[in-house]
Amino acid sequence: MSETEQNQANKKLIVRLVGIVGGMFLFAFALVPLYDVFCEITGINGKTRGKAIYQSVEVNKQREVTVEFITDINRGMPWEFKSLVKSIKVHPGELNEVKFYAKNTSRKDIIGQTVPSISPGEGALYLNKTECFCFDQQRLAAGEEVEMPMKFYVDSEIPDDITHLTLSYKLFNVTDAVEVASGATK
Amino acid sequence: MAIRRKLFASLTALLGLALSGVVQATADLNMRPGVTETSLEAYDLHMMVVWVMTVIAVVVFGLMFYSIIFHRRSKNPTPATWSHSTTVEFIWTAIPFIILIALTIPAVKLLIKMEDASNPDMSVQITGSQWKWHYKYLDHNIEFFSNLNSPQQTEHFEQPGIAAEPNYLLDVDNELVIPANKKVRFLVTADDVIHSWWVPELAVKKDAIPGFINETWTKVPKPGVYRGQCTELCGKWHGFMPVVVRVVTEAEFDQWVAKKNEERLAAEKAAAEAAAKSWDMDKLMALGKETYDAKCAACHQVDGSGTPPLFPAMIDSPMVKGPAKDHIDIVVNGKAGTAMAAYGAQLTDAELAAVITYERNAWGNNTGDKVQPADIQAFKAGN
Amino acid sequence: MADHHPTGIKRWLFTTNHKDIGSMYLWFSFIMFLVGGAMAMVIRAELYQPGLQFVDPNFFNQMTTMHGLIMVFGAVMPSMVGLANWLIPMQIGAPDMALPRMNNWSFWILPFAFAMLISSLFMEGGAPNFGWTFYAPLSTTYAPPSTDFFILGVHMMGISSIMGAINVIVTVFNMRAPGMTLMKMPLFVWTWVITAFLLIMVMPVLAGAVTMMLTDRHFGTDFFNAAGGGDPVMFQHIFWFFGHPEVYIMILPAFGVASEIIPAFARKKLFGYSSMVYATASIALLSFVVWAHHMFTVGMPVAGELFFMIATMLIAVPTGVKVFNWVATMWQGSMTFETPMLFAIAFVILFTIGGFSGVMLAMAPVDFQYHDTYFVVAHFHYVLFPGAIFGTTAAVYYWLPKWTGKMYNEKLGKAHFWISMLFVNLTFFPMHFSGLAGMPRRIPDYNMMFADFNQLASIGAFGLGLSQLLFLGIVIATIRGGKKAEDKPWDGATGLEWDQLPCPAPYHTFDTPPKVN
Repeated sequence: MSETEQNQANKKLIVRLVGIVGGMFLFAFALVPLYDVFCEITGINGKTRGKAIYQSVEVNKQREVTVEFITDINRGMPWEFKSLVKSIKVHPGELNEVKFYAKNTSRKDIIGQTVPSISPGEGALYLNKTECFCFDQQRLAAGEEVEMPMKFYVDSEIPDDITHLTLSYKLFNVTDAVEVASGATK
Repeated sequence: MAIRRKLFASLTALLGLALSGVVQATADLNMRPGVTETSLEAYDLHMMVVWVMTVIAVVVFGLMFYSIIFHRRSKNPTPATWSHSTTVEFIWTAIPFIILIALTIPAVKLLIKMEDASNPDMSVQITGSQWKWHYKYLDHNIEFFSNLNSPQQTEHFEQPGIAAEPNYLLDVDNELVIPANKKVRFLVTADDVIHSWWVPELAVKKDAIPGFINETWTKVPKPGVYRGQCTELCGKWHGFMPVVVRVVTEAEFDQWVAKKNEERLAAEKAAAEAAAKSWDMDKLMALGKETYDAKCAACHQVDGSGTPPLFPAMIDSPMVKGPAKDHIDIVVNGKAGTAMAAYGAQLTDAELAAVITYERNAWGNNTGDKVQPADIQAFKAGN
Repeated sequence: MADHHPTGIKRWLFTTNHKDIGSMYLWFSFIMFLVGGAMAMVIRAELYQPGLQFVDPNFFNQMTTMHGLIMVFGAVMPSMVGLANWLIPMQIGAPDMALPRMNNWSFWILPFAFAMLISSLFMEGGAPNFGWTFYAPLSTTYAPPSTDFFILGVHMMGISSIMGAINVIVTVFNMRAPGMTLMKMPLFVWTWVITAFLLIMVMPVLAGAVTMMLTDRHFGTDFFNAAGGGDPVMFQHIFWFFGHPEVYIMILPAFGVASEIIPAFARKKLFGYSSMVYATASIALLSFVVWAHHMFTVGMPVAGELFFMIATMLIAVPTGVKVFNWVATMWQGSMTFETPMLFAIAFVILFTIGGFSGVMLAMAPVDFQYHDTYFVVAHFHYVLFPGAIFGTTAAVYYWLPKWTGKMYNEKLGKAHFWISMLFVNLTFFPMHFSGLAGMPRRIPDYNMMFADFNQLASIGAFGLGLSQLLFLGIVIATIRGGKKAEDKPWDGATGLEWDQLPCPAPYHTFDTPPKVN
């Protein structure tokens, strides 16, 4: 090979290799949505899906699944937050509604965000929420209290070995984050 | 040559001495079998793999040492010339493959069993935070924090003999109490960073992940005290947040639940009484120092110097020297996005008032402010 | 052949000579090895007995973090790149690396990257203290301010590794002497090409992960923050997608070294050359689908755990093939046991022990008991110290006559080997037991029941640390006043660098391509 041929061959190979490097860098970021898809398929982490649309199906009256509600408040969040029912038994396929209660006990306006998580993780595939406060952030004025509805149904496809679902909501104070973000856009 | 032999002899002697020392000091070189069905099965599986690996090691290293001894140049001056054999290579690809697949079968069975937390008799929510555990009995109205039994945490350097205590670093103020022979489900989560809840003898280890909930379970056949530790690096005092599980008979558990409920009512009453009266400076400072050293000093240091910038100093801090209401706010509610926890529910109103007063007057801060339990109540009520 | 080269500081600053750059990489990695080793001494001193004696727990965490980062990115990886620089052009009959100027940059980035990383120890709030795996949110929301310097440092060393890897690939693909077909290349070259591909595949992913950390810390994104819809577990998935291939990046070149040295001293051709190449490639491919075995306790669905468990155990098959091939190479050979051979044999044995504990760790239901204990620490130190580092040490003894033209002192070399062998086992073997007894990793203090094993490990570590100074002494003594080496100091050695070049190899080699038979 002559020197120019050699250089050209090198250049071609380098371009390809740099292409792989760039591609893999982007792939790292693509892992973020891919991970969500992966979670949705496998139920890793008990991440729940977004808003579901309820289609009335035949309710399986033979089966009962216990759905338990747990609430948790993260540090730095001066709210009261609890589920008004501890747990209910539901039939797969039927639409249910439960209510949650929140009160801002501080003397400031605060924006809260609840993050849901379901255990066992596989159960997340079968618990569908048609209406949930966790889809949005809540802003409560000082001392304000609110009752928040959550509508859901358990998919009738749910495997027989899942008899118990625990739906946990963790409440975070996102006031600073929201204000920083809106400050940035101003 | 003589020197070499002597050196070799003394080395062997030294090694032998070291080994016998180990054997004497700790009879148990192996994994602890534990007490639950799953832990015993995990132990059996562990032993099985250990033996399989040992056999493979004996065969492979045996051949190797045979070769090292008999195929050295002094014994075998002309090396063989072969360097390839498809049959042999196929065989030693296939055999390990079969062994490994055989090993996975019992592993799969056990794994499925360990991950099946369905149909529990009771549930406990476990929340990890820097650097303590919080237990919440979902079927009983009980919840509490479980801290390393002080004073080990903050006064480490000053207590030389403390490491000799049998349960050093494995003892807590409030143990997790569960009944024997009941399937107890644990819902594990965290408040700040990732922690991991582990009790070796129950073979339960689950990561506590902020914002997410993980499920695991145990069923302990015999009463006893089982100790473990946090096993995911969670910051400065990661090595100082033990887990202690006390397994009791069902009757004892019921008694314990009743007692806990009584205690809660009594504590509420006492707290209300303490909060109702007005405290003088000396009493506030005394209780304040006690509370501060137990709860705050791990991060902000006994002398209030903090570990800036993560854990700010208390001395001349604008927060401590500023308006009392902001100070109360941060102690009661914590600060989002930082390591500062909310102590509003962890401490009584009197303790809160005392620790705030202490911070505002100790280490030369001398603001002269007195914060009364009534102020805390007023703050919590939103006035 | 002209053998002049510039002198003084300029020679080293502006050099584009693969031999000079290889030497700089090797010296740099040895300095980092001593720095990281000194941190290990701090760790072992603190763990010598229960109670907090020397350091504050926060500083202890900084030590474990920096020890890991420096050893992985500063000692092991650059030492492998150093070997690649010295050996690959000579072994494939090329005059130099394909991209000599880039070669210079990729080295000179490193001292700055590590100066930055190490300077974080003196910053307010201290150095990174969240472990070399830097799990979010401990490394984001709860991390010290110096984390930004850590992120920049990781970016820089990542760029350096990627440039090094591109250079290796281009050199091997385009610069081979006529007749040097791919399947004639020495195994060291093969393992390095595969390593280089792993590097360009996963270093960018690491760069992505630290970039997300940076934006989470400063620009309001929530990749790893549950409150904003992110997920801390996702960090672990991304990290280990990089992290597991990274393990093989550190060990594959050492496989290559062993595959050069064992045949040389057995005076017998490497057994199963092509199966060695295929085994290396399959290890590399499998390394992309096993990452979650580092995170069996995060709460994965059973199906996921099963997949990662079985995939991980499969890696043992090609790894086993390599070990068997090495033993078969020795079989009916005519072996002598000079220092490089001793290190290579110890490498095979001790690395295999690390492999055994690896299979144990792969079994998910038992891994719940081993995970994040000293058992894991024992496992990966067995793979890394007697694995990667013994591999490099063997390489240095083996090629030192080629590099310097001088012979090292065989007696001292053997002493170095036996002392290292004793202490490496004394340091890391007891860790298996403390792990099984239930001691979590990354703790500065522990209960009395773990005391004996820790004391042994600490004694071993001090001895191991000191014995590496002997290595330094041997190398310096060789360079300064070693006996003149013959052109072929090892009668069983083969390959272009031994057959066609004198000792020391001249500054410029193979300006005209050699004949390959």
